[in-house]
Order: sequence, then structure tokens, then C-alpha cells
Amino acid sequence: MTVAGDQLIIFDNVSKFYGEILGVNRVNLQIAPGITSLVGPNGAGKSTLMNLMTGLLRPTRGKISLLGIPTDQPEKLFRKVGYCTQFDSFPRGLTGREFITSFLLIHGYERKRADDLAHLALEHVNLVDAADRKVAAYSKGMRQRIRLAQAIAHEPVVLILDEPLNGLDPMVRAETIALFRKLAAEGLHLIISSHILHEVDMMSDRVVLVNNGYIVAEGNIHGVRDEMEEHPMQILIRCDQPAKLAAYVFAQNHVVEAKLHDDRRGLFVRTRDADGFYLLLNRAIADGEINVESVAPVDDDMSAVYQYLIGTTE
Amino acid sequence: MNSAIDAIANKNNQSPLPWALWLRQIGAIFRFDLRKNFLGRRAILIYLLAMLPLFPLLVFAFVPANYKNFNNYSLIYSVLYNGLILRTLVFFGCAWIFMNLFRGEIVDRSLHYYFLSAVRREVLVAGKYISGLVTSIVLFTFTTVAAMLLLYLPSFYSQSMRYFTEGAGLTQLLTYAGITILACIGYGAFFVVVGLFVRNPIIPAVLLYGWEWLNFLLPPLLKKISVIHYLNSLVPIPVSEGPFAVIAEPTPAYIAIPSMLGVTLVVLVIAAYRIRHMEIHYGSD
Repeated sequence: MTVAGDQLIIFDNVSKFYGEILGVNRVNLQIAPGITSLVGPNGAGKSTLMNLMTGLLRPTRGKISLLGIPTDQPEKLFRKVGYCTQFDSFPRGLTGREFITSFLLIHGYERKRADDLAHLALEHVNLVDAADRKVAAYSKGMRQRIRLAQAIAHEPVVLILDEPLNGLDPMVRAETIALFRKLAAEGLHLIISSHILHEVDMMSDRVVLVNNGYIVAEGNIHGVRDEMEEHPMQILIRCDQPAKLAAYVFAQNHVVEAKLHDDRRGLFVRTRDADGFYLLLNRAIADGEINVESVAPVDDDMSAVYQYLIGTTE
Repeated sequence: MNSAIDAIANKNNQSPLPWALWLRQIGAIFRFDLRKNFLGRRAILIYLLAMLPLFPLLVFAFVPANYKNFNNYSLIYSVLYNGLILRTLVFFGCAWIFMNLFRGEIVDRSLHYYFLSAVRREVLVAGKYISGLVTSIVLFTFTTVAAMLLLYLPSFYSQSMRYFTEGAGLTQLLTYAGITILACIGYGAFFVVVGLFVRNPIIPAVLLYGWEWLNFLLPPLLKKISVIHYLNSLVPIPVSEGPFAVIAEPTPAYIAIPSMLGVTLVVLVIAAYRIRHMEIHYGSD
């Protein structure tokens, strides 16, 4: 499906240097609506990309636009964009509600509308009860949530979230991920950076892997995995005769390794052609050669992709 | 989404610039910052500074009247105003208030919230500058007026009342208040820019303070590159600057006031340009 340029976030050959230190280099990206996760180790350039997207940083080279709006026009940009940064700091002396309302008023909303939007945002992050307490007295998780509320309060269509799940307890994490999914289903762009790879796996429509300031890979996780030909796909088949299956599949050229599971009730297969392997397996099952209990790819997830491309899992 | 703002923006698209939205945003920034200026922790220092000239006058009020001479009061006030109120209180008070408008946000790591709002950064400068201006004018004009009343009223009440109602007192009082306002406007703009360009604004503040104090030694042309020269030109009772002073013609009010306002405008344009191109680098600040 083709998405019009004014619905995309576009990085056109963007580089950012801090003096002589590289932030990001030659980034070309087109991000469509849905949840896109930026993944990479600390210092890879994820926050730099987000700060560039929101005009908090200016590119040394190249151009960035969000939904057709250049990032040096905050007055237009932030009618459509909300950004929850990693900065765990707030203007002094405000309650949670005042914090959100104040910046809605600065956006240009009238008092009544600002109050309503602030309340709605507080409801979204389950902070209504604590809304009239000073932000300075909030726990880390509450501070994270109030920043998220501030970012979504003006109902943006692009939401950029730098490590939004940091400091949240498991219950709130699950609720927050559900909120992200709901927003994405409503057609929003969500750009999320995260270190928690299984959560990235759970919620992302696509990933952008960043390392040392370069985009290492981008796209749907499975698509990215499929393109990594130098790392054959690993599949675990639980069946009644793993040794027989090993002999059967090993004759195929695309199968590079077949190894019995420790409990001898399964077989690990590494193949360069996962689709071809599944066809082969179907034939074996249809011929009644073996009884298969389950088939699951072992390294077709974010952790594996991350490990193969970047080297270590965090 | 954003229907309220969009409605204003669309309505204003019919005119060349969205003034209604900008004014609303300036109002919001002004109120938000005014609260911080007056009620924040940083405000304590500024209240103390504003009270500073009143303490010696409070002591002076208890000196018996027979040790005082009413005829010297206008000169005494002029010396006090020049030395303590204008050159010290207003100068350092404005430095503190206006430098903190942006530098304080950088130190608190909260400037990005403004930058992430749908507001032109020039509008942000205007809103913050006006909030600083109102804060400084309210505090320092109060000090200017209170100091004068505290000097005059305790010892020679009836004479002082006549001086303020029938004599030159009220005109002088209003002139001093006007000079204070003008000083807040001029110094304020300068310190906003300093706070935007310099990581440690104390150094340029001290350098400017030295320049302003040494103004009496400067040749007439260089005197004009200072704020104090124009303000001194407006003072109703001139104060002798000592035997080493280089005498220069005071600049007439009809030149001094527009010049100050013109330079202020230029300085604010520089501030707006700077903030328009500013990045957020809290780590290096």
C-alpha cells in the first residue's frame, strides 16, 4: 500500500554532528502510520533521531518533515506532534494537572477546553487521583505517566515517545502498551524507542535498528529477519521421531544444521529457506512419516534480529 | 483534532498574521512565567534585593528631625536612587530576573516543554520578556516610590505632603518611577540576550556593571554606548560625578527615550533570532 508523502515522516539524507562527534549519519527513512520502534544500544542515536524529528536538534545536513511539515516550524508541527522526551524534569512548583493545562494554554487553547483535554489525558494514563498533587512528589512511574499525558493531551496525530515504558511497573506497562495499540489503531503514528526487546516485539508494526549513528535495518521484524541470509533461520519442531526427521530434512540443500533437542523430543533445524522447509515438513506430515506436535521459529523475533545485527542483547 | 487552535489559525489565515492566536499564547506564557517569577524559589532573592534600599531609610527614619534638613532631601534621594536603586538594585535585579527567563529553564531542564508547544519561538520570547518586565517593573517601581516616601514622610510629614501635592515632589516621584521602568525595559532586553548566548551570564553582567560605573570617566562618544547615560540624562536632580568626571551634554528626553526603546527592540530581535535557531543540549549546559 502506498502512503502519501503528507502522511509520512521523512528523513532525507540526514546527518547530525555534535562538533566532531557523530550523532547520526546519512539517515534515509520513510515512516508510515502505525507503531514504529527505534531499537539500538545506548548512544546509538535513537534519541538524536527523535530530537531531530521534533526540532529540538537541527540536522547538520539533510531535511526532515513530518506529515509534510518541516521541523523548523514548531507552530505548525506541534499541532500534529506530541513528544514525550527522556528528560525527567519539570517546571517547578506545579501539580500534574497544572503542568498539562499550562502547556495546553501555551498551545493556544481556551481555559475550558484546556481543562477538559488535560482531564482526558490524565484519565488515559490513570493519574486522575494524583492530578492535584505536586509533580515533585510523584514517583518515577508517575512522572513518566504525567509526561506521557502531557505529550498526548493536545491529541496529536504523531506521537514520539523516548523510552516511554521506563520506570513503569508491569501492570502499568501492559496498560500503556494497550494504550499505544489503541492509538495506533486510530491511525496515529507512534515512534517509540525502547530497550525492552520483547515489548518491542509485542507492540511494533515495524522496527528501525540503529547502531553507531547508522540505520542498520528497518521494516517489519519478520521481513528484516528474512533478509538476513547470512543467519539461517532456526526452527524447533516438536515431534515423536526427531532423529528420523533429522535424516529426512538433512538431505535438503537449504538445511545447514539439524540438532536434536536435549529431551530428544524435538529437533532444531537451521535453514536458509524457511518457506521451503515448511513445505518439506508438510509433505512429511502428509506422508504419515512423523507426528508433529508443534513448529516454532526460534530466532524470528526482535531479540534474535538485534543480536545478529548489533551483536549483544541488552 | 486541535479544532480550537485550528479554528483560530484558519480564521487568522485570512489576515496576514495570526495575531489573535499569538496574543493568546503570549498571555498564557506571561501568566505561567509571572507565577514562577513571583512565587518560585528564585523569587526570594529578588524580594530581598528589592527591599535592600528600604532598610537604610528605615533606620534613617528613626533619626530625630533636628539632625535632618528637609532642603537636602531631593539631593539625598537622587544620590540614593543613582547609586543604590538604579545602578545596583535595578541592574542586578534585572540581571537575575531576565537571565533566568531562559537560562533558568535550561538549568531546570524544562525549556523543551516550551519548544514542544505549537508556539512560534518569537512569541515565546515576547511572552517571557513581558513577564520579566512586569515582574521587574512592579518590584522596582515599588522600591523607587517606597524609598522616596520613606525618606520624606516620617520626619517632615506636613512639609512633605505639601511637597508632593503642591510642589515638585510628585513630578520627581513619577520621573524616577519612569526612569526605573525604562531601565527595566533596557537592561531586561540586554540580559535576555546574554542569558541566551552565554552559559555563565555572571561574567558579562559584571563587565556591563563595570562599564556602567565607569561611564563618568568615558569620553562623550563612548558614554552614549551605555544604558546609564540615557537614564542619567532623565534624572530630575543631577548628581555630581566627582572631580575626574568627563562632562558630557545630557541627551534630551525626546532622543533618550526613543533611542532606548529602539535599541531594546533590536536586542529583542536578536534574542528571537537566537531562540529560533536554538537546540536543546542540556548535557552541555
